[in-house]
Amino acid sequence: MYFFKQQTIKTSEEIMKKTLSLLISAGIICAAVTPVMADEQIELLKQQIEQLKQDYEKRIQALEKGLLAAQQAAKKNEQILVNVQEQAEEAELASDDNQQTIAKNSFNPEISLILDGRYASYQNNLDNYQLPGFSLGDEAGLVPEGFSIGESELSISANIDQLFYGKATIAFAEDDEGTSAEVEEAYGQTSALFDGLTIKMGRFFSSMGYLNEQHAHVWDFADAPLVYRALFGDQYRDDGVQISYIAPTELFMQVGTELFSGSSFPASGTHNGVGSWTAFARIGGDINSENSWQVGLGHWKASNVDDRKSENLNNSTTIYNGDSEINTINLVYKWTPNARTDNLKLQFEYFERDEDGDIALDDFLSGNSSSYHGEQKGWYAQAVYQMNKQWRTGLRYDHLSSHTKGSNYLVLDDAGLESYGYKPERYSAMLEWLPSEFSRIRLQYNNDQSYKDSDNQLFLQYTFSMGAHGAHSY
Amino acid sequence: MNTKKILFIFIFLILIVIHTAEAVAKINIFACEPEWAELSKELGGSLVSTFSATNVGQDPHYIQARPSLIAKIRKADLLVCTGAGLETGWLPVLLRKSGNSKVQPGQKGFFMATDTVKLLDKPTVLDRSMGDIHAAGNPHIQLDPRRMRIVAKKLSQRLQQIDPEHSKEYAENLANFKTRWDQAIKRWKEEIRDIQGKNIIVQHNSWVYLQQWLKLNKVAELEPKPGVPPGSSHLSALLKRVKKSPVDLIIYSSYQDPKAATWLSEKTGIKAVAIPSTVNENESLFQWMDHVIQLIKDNSK
Repeated sequence: MYFFKQQTIKTSEEIMKKTLSLLISAGIICAAVTPVMADEQIELLKQQIEQLKQDYEKRIQALEKGLLAAQQAAKKNEQILVNVQEQAEEAELASDDNQQTIAKNSFNPEISLILDGRYASYQNNLDNYQLPGFSLGDEAGLVPEGFSIGESELSISANIDQLFYGKATIAFAEDDEGTSAEVEEAYGQTSALFDGLTIKMGRFFSSMGYLNEQHAHVWDFADAPLVYRALFGDQYRDDGVQISYIAPTELFMQVGTELFSGSSFPASGTHNGVGSWTAFARIGGDINSENSWQVGLGHWKASNVDDRKSENLNNSTTIYNGDSEINTINLVYKWTPNARTDNLKLQFEYFERDEDGDIALDDFLSGNSSSYHGEQKGWYAQAVYQMNKQWRTGLRYDHLSSHTKGSNYLVLDDAGLESYGYKPERYSAMLEWLPSEFSRIRLQYNNDQSYKDSDNQLFLQYTFSMGAHGAHSY
Repeated sequence: MNTKKILFIFIFLILIVIHTAEAVAKINIFACEPEWAELSKELGGSLVSTFSATNVGQDPHYIQARPSLIAKIRKADLLVCTGAGLETGWLPVLLRKSGNSKVQPGQKGFFMATDTVKLLDKPTVLDRSMGDIHAAGNPHIQLDPRRMRIVAKKLSQRLQQIDPEHSKEYAENLANFKTRWDQAIKRWKEEIRDIQGKNIIVQHNSWVYLQQWLKLNKVAELEPKPGVPPGSSHLSALLKRVKKSPVDLIIYSSYQDPKAATWLSEKTGIKAVAIPSTVNENESLFQWMDHVIQLIKDNSK
């Protein structure tokens, strides 16, 4: 057993020696060879690493590029999405152009019908009505007592083309001879001729006076001011042409002139050229956004009034030949407070007429004639307060005076042109109910002292408007 | 010799005056309502001078055709209005009296905002017994920022047509405005989250576009019919209805009579709020919209 042990020890020692010697020799060999091998490998490794690095850098760059591209693409997509959203929204909310034109055409031409009627009550006999110092025109009478329809007006208006606008108003009126249709207004006017310049032609209400230009149904009272009744037979219109110009200024400044045939009251007769003419000027502006004003001046002249007829109290006709001249001034002031529905309108107009000529009763051949020089003056002032959208109330005062000279005072007296110092006056009050913009019920009371017997008058009037929504002038 | 000299100097002076006038000439814009004046300012910048015919305290349905407005239209190069019948009571008179060919209907200088967008509330039956209805649809589009953007785009195009020399500037102004407006819309969308779906009563039917945008439910109107003032019978019927179904807010325009709204508010305890239908003086479109949203938010809690 021991021997074996010895033996194994021996052999293990031998093995150890052998391996040791082997290791040493290998070490020597290694020591000689290894330095060469290591250098090459490191170089190789380095190269490999470098290559790897470059590879990775390339890959990272590529990735980065890809990412950027992806991001850009995403952004682009987002932008496209936004654009698409915007387009979709526009498609949903923007109008298409075809619809527009149809909508615009639907009101061409504008048609409107005004229905007007009233109940009138007078204390005095209507036949006794007169205005001392003034001979009245055809339409200057009072409205009939009891129920009557006033003028029903049919208006058609439209832009005719790029240059002209046209409007015609046909009035249906009731008189002694029955129902008649009358061309109240029929005119064309330029809308785009030259900056600020407008030419109007046809039959129209003169712009010389403030109220004169407006249709009777937009007046604030059921009847015309006395001065309008006395001088114009309620309202002055004729056939002719109007040229007006608005200056390019901050302040509203308008000047204009009208040339008329001179055939309608207070002018008369047929004339080859211009029978009567006017000149007018207006200035207006704002004090602030709540207060505004306008001042107007007007002049009217007819040099050759030929056989102007007016009825007088003696059931005969007064005939006038001569010239006639009117000067006028008007003031309008409006107060329209912000954020409220009430407003106030003050209005004043003054007229004076000078006439030089001859008058005759019925016929110049009859011998009942006289020279005539008349100075007639008149004015009215009114205030209208709109309490809210549906209620308005107003007061008006009228005043006239005249001074007459002539060769035959008996003829002047018969013609009603001699006033003997009497000055006609009238006090009016009205209350309006406006259920909407298209209907109006008006109650009006007048204390009328047109002549010496003072008259109490009461009107209940309705005015309805159908069709196109009318726009209101200042 | 002397007169010739004077004449020469005179002509020279006139030429200078005309030249300097040309140099400072701006595009004159007549806006019917303040919001369009403000939008024109955004899009025109220093190239335009704007005037608004109305202010926040005035009801644009009822405006006096004042002489001063005729004078302003007389000098206008561009008319920017709402259209759709809103100004029908006064604008046609002004236009006809102005004698200004540039701004007549159909011309380049005639721009109606409602022509550019789709309108709500187009009546199927046109009858005046239904009140003061607008045949073309509801004209009160200014309270919808999305429609405002469309109007801005079209208005900018129009400015470029009228003043092609500066079309680049107008395009830049538009881009600038759109960026800021879109950002604001984003912000407003966040802000209005908690007011969506609220039930409101309005005085006049002038809030439909705001309702659509804010997703508000209009339960009733204080006016029995458009343009007809609220009467007592209509209001008491309304009171009964409100007691049955809950309402969060009563809205009326700052130019309207607050009587009816405050009456209903007192009876029900629902808050009534006057909302400016348009920009105030020296207020931008952004500030105004912020203000409108803030008012609704604060009062419908």
